[in-house]
Amino acid sequence: MPDPGTFLEVSVADALRLAGERQIIDVRELVEWNEGHIPAATLVPLADIPATFEAVVPDKGTPLLVHCAVGARSRRASQYLAQIGYTDVVNLQGRIAEWRALGGPWEVPAQLLTDAERARYSRQLLIPEIGQEGQRRLLDARVLLIGAGGLGSPAALYLAAAGIGVLGIVDDDVVDESNLQRQVLHTADRVGMAKTESAEMTLNALNPDVAVIRHPVRLDERNVAELVSAYDVIVDGTDNFETRYLLNDASVAHRKPVVHGSIYRWDGQVTTFVPYEGPCYRCLYPTQPPDELAPACAVAGVLGVLPGIIGLLQANEVIKLVLGVGETLAGRMLLFDAMTTSFDEIRLWRDPACPACGDEVAEARPMVAAAS
Amino acid sequence: MSQVRIPPVLRETVGGERNLDAAGNTVGEVLADLFLRYPALRERVTVDGVLSPFVNVYVNGRDVRYGEGLETAVGPADQVILLPAMAGGGLD
Repeated sequence: MPDPGTFLEVSVADALRLAGERQIIDVRELVEWNEGHIPAATLVPLADIPATFEAVVPDKGTPLLVHCAVGARSRRASQYLAQIGYTDVVNLQGRIAEWRALGGPWEVPAQLLTDAERARYSRQLLIPEIGQEGQRRLLDARVLLIGAGGLGSPAALYLAAAGIGVLGIVDDDVVDESNLQRQVLHTADRVGMAKTESAEMTLNALNPDVAVIRHPVRLDERNVAELVSAYDVIVDGTDNFETRYLLNDASVAHRKPVVHGSIYRWDGQVTTFVPYEGPCYRCLYPTQPPDELAPACAVAGVLGVLPGIIGLLQANEVIKLVLGVGETLAGRMLLFDAMTTSFDEIRLWRDPACPACGDEVAEARPMVAAAS
Repeated sequence: MSQVRIPPVLRETVGGERNLDAAGNTVGEVLADLFLRYPALRERVTVDGVLSPFVNVYVNGRDVRYGEGLETAVGPADQVILLPAMAGGGLD
């Protein structure tokens, strides 16, 4: 045992002997850890030690063996740990390469990403909730955007940038000059071009690895089931109630989450419908309202940045749904007022008597869809 | 006196106001006070004297349908939000 407030240093050969009796602490960075590490080690990057170490190792009498790549960071870590009261700290003085050369246990995690993917997504790989596994999930995800318009444009751009593997885009319209004030997927030289085609050009210019699937159709009762069932998450950026109800009922039947956004002049709202876990659109408004409650942008007007803000909140929801982290807006609706720059939040409940997702219809519904 | 947030599609019925102060101790009384002053609002949010199914009312973020409906109590510091279904997606 070292004197109080101090620590011991051992060679790699001695460390190999001590390893079995001590808790091994790896103070390198996550990216280094992902390249390979001692199987029994616990990763606590040097910079995280002050904030997290006492939670990772609560007992200050625990025998510790601290290492990094060459012994410098682990010396600083050992010094710090001894100072805050850890009584049995041993620093591995020497290169971890020597540990491997002497036959010390070592494992290289399965490489989930290619070198190119690691380079492109390096900034989000550093985020603990994403890492290689999370990025792999994003790359394997299939997201369907209903509409390549005001909401779909920003959502699609950022989802493609984040590396969502497959982006399906449903839109039967062509680019109009009046779209360009907010539909940032499209450009002035593409007026008259199909929006799905223009979207594919922009998204692949940004990220050629994303597979853009063009669906130049209008969502209707004949194609909705096939489209919805082929994707993991749906981004609803439509402009009429008919499509929203059609989409709601199909996504409930196929158990697909829908990230819902809508906008009007200076006001936007966003929520996430996760079938059977939270409410669906029909829980809020059981029957389809008359169309005059949904004046199109062409009639009502819309501030261009508003769909930018709401569409990106939708993209954020998609990322969390795919990663399975954080809290989505399921059961909550966020109301954004661009005029006062303020958010309000309301609680939404699943209606047990809902005609789409209520208990009675859920029981009557064949369970095939649940397996997908 | 509580504050009622008027959604954008209904603002034309209340002279463009975003928020209105209204008197009353229940949702029903608060709405009655607003309807008295803004008859056009009543036409848009009620059908045959009852609240339209396309308009939800929230008191402090809670849907009154899951509370006591129009009898839901409203205190002076409470915020009432009227929220009709909204569909715009910026497509055209």
